[in-house]
Amino acid sequence: MTPLRHLREFHRRNGAGLSLFLIGATGFWILFMIVLPQLFMADFSFRANVPPPKWGTPEHYYTLEHYRYMIYGGGGEGSFNVIDLRVFFKTIGAAMLVTLFDAALCYPIAWHLAQAARGGWARLMVLALVVPFWVNEILRAFAFHILFGASGVLNSALMAAGVLDEPYDFVRENIALYAGLGYAFILLMIFPIYNAMESLDKNQVEAARDLGASRWRIHRRVVMPHAKPGITSGCTMVFMLTAGALAAPQILGGPGSLWFTQIIYQAFNQAGNWARGSAYAIILLVSCIVLVLALMKAFKVRLGEIAR
Amino acid sequence: MTSEVALENVWIRFGDFVAARDINITIRAGEFFSFLGPSGCGKTTLLRAVSGFLEPSEGRVLIGGADMAGIGPNKRPTALIFQNLALFPLMSVWENITFALEVRGVGAARRRKRADELLELIALPGQGDKTVGELSGGQRQRVAIARALAAEPEVLLLDEPLSALDLKLRQRMRTELRDIQRRVGITFIYITHDQGEALTMSDNIAVMREGVIEQVGDGNTLYDRPNTAFVASFVGENNLFRGTVGAAERGAVTVETAAGALRARPATGAALAAGDDAFVFIRPESLRFDDAMEMENRIGAHIQRREFEGSFWQVFLDADGAEQPLKLSMVNDDAAAARRPGQRVTLGFAAELAVATRAGPLAAG
Repeated sequence: MTPLRHLREFHRRNGAGLSLFLIGATGFWILFMIVLPQLFMADFSFRANVPPPKWGTPEHYYTLEHYRYMIYGGGGEGSFNVIDLRVFFKTIGAAMLVTLFDAALCYPIAWHLAQAARGGWARLMVLALVVPFWVNEILRAFAFHILFGASGVLNSALMAAGVLDEPYDFVRENIALYAGLGYAFILLMIFPIYNAMESLDKNQVEAARDLGASRWRIHRRVVMPHAKPGITSGCTMVFMLTAGALAAPQILGGPGSLWFTQIIYQAFNQAGNWARGSAYAIILLVSCIVLVLALMKAFKVRLGEIAR
Repeated sequence: MTSEVALENVWIRFGDFVAARDINITIRAGEFFSFLGPSGCGKTTLLRAVSGFLEPSEGRVLIGGADMAGIGPNKRPTALIFQNLALFPLMSVWENITFALEVRGVGAARRRKRADELLELIALPGQGDKTVGELSGGQRQRVAIARALAAEPEVLLLDEPLSALDLKLRQRMRTELRDIQRRVGITFIYITHDQGEALTMSDNIAVMREGVIEQVGDGNTLYDRPNTAFVASFVGENNLFRGTVGAAERGAVTVETAAGALRARPATGAALAAGDDAFVFIRPESLRFDDAMEMENRIGAHIQRREFEGSFWQVFLDADGAEQPLKLSMVNDDAAAARRPGQRVTLGFAAELAVATRAGPLAAG
């Protein structure tokens, strides 16, 4: 069907009023919440850093200096912006590890929910997964801080059990941070995988088993290929959100560690350098998108499949 | 290699519900055996107990004489063909067929070769690289059979695998299945609610009702010598008269019905005695027009309507005192064509062609 015929069919089904609202609301959403802010941000990132009164004057000229700064820093030629680059790659790497960890953790849970759990028990499990997220993200991060703190529940328990002689600094070692990040977006991993798995015909699992397949092979050959779009979808969201997280790193990050979003935050709110903040934000966004697309290509998943 | 399958005192319970009640049956090696019954009679449950997807609550399942207790479906010498076939849609046809070999670690080249042989057997040569979605219903059916056969099972289990096909294809697949069974020579256990399938393909059939096996026998026996009211009403079409046993002799009973006293052969094991509630069954093709009034059992009736089916006529009649219309099948000839709706006729049938069973539950419909 041509787009025009789609539109006509859409109009016929919903009537004039509803069609107008649906298209208008979606259009408003995309334009004002997504496209315009990003455009302004992109524009800012390519301009000189001047205070608001000088915006639009010749001093607000176009430049690549903020992107240059990300790579080379303020020093002369040949020196690199080691601090920012290190934080950037560490953030991307850690976000990937958190994503992998979440995927490994959520796959069995989603499988259990989708195929094994029944009625009341399944509902109870979903509630147990969802209810903690009624608590505000920042409160949850503080709760993790308390949990992992020097006199926290974990340290007290480990010391009482005789595993540790003195408190272990989970916060300084960033374990609290990774645990907090891992938990923060866990639902966005479980539910896409669950959705994909739920549509798998149970008979296929039984057929594979009947033909002699081990549990591992059933998953590798039947369940995982079927759930691949869900796994990809979950991984994409968790990775993007983890790499872009701010609250958890602010609260749970050790004193010596920075998340790349914190550098962006500092540029905007402490250094007053909106241009550099914008450039860094664009760099993070584009890098994440490129990485996700590259991985999707590597795992042979098409964008359309994720939207299923 | 083929194996005998035996169920000994098998009970299967789900909570308070009894899906199979004290099942005792031996299925001979190399035989085409069917479990026939309406949905919910427990036949699929029994199949799952043989394939290993569920353990009987009591009793034993033996395959080739070996007790299967605690042996999972992936370790049993059985292969199951699912009602919806359950082919793997993300694998090619040849990968589907040789999945059991892949599991055993057979190399890709040898698997490919075996797939081609099996595709030859199921008359789909050269289709190995297609996806399952590209095949027609009948082709998928055959791929499912090949996939099960590739596992080289001693017993093949089939759970109503033809039910998704249209009528023509279903009839062709019956012949094909029977053919394949003869060629590979292994035990087939077939589950169906379709008596036509069971009668045309099977060496032996167990008719099930509410978790109980009502009768085991070949198709001919079930049709001609049903032991219970349920088998008589479920297998083939039958005319029914309800009544009370008047006199019981060896080899014949007289049942007092609303249509008069009818003499019939008592069903095996029915042990009918005077005063028992009993049913008399007579097949439509055994019911005759008895203008000469000379047959053992005679019933007065009106012709209600008739249906022409080419080689024969189906005539529906309102019999005196009968609560439901009778059905009579007769070969299409001049005499048959002369029978018109509204005519008053006398029907007759021979006592040895009628069966008297103990009154009991009937098949629905």
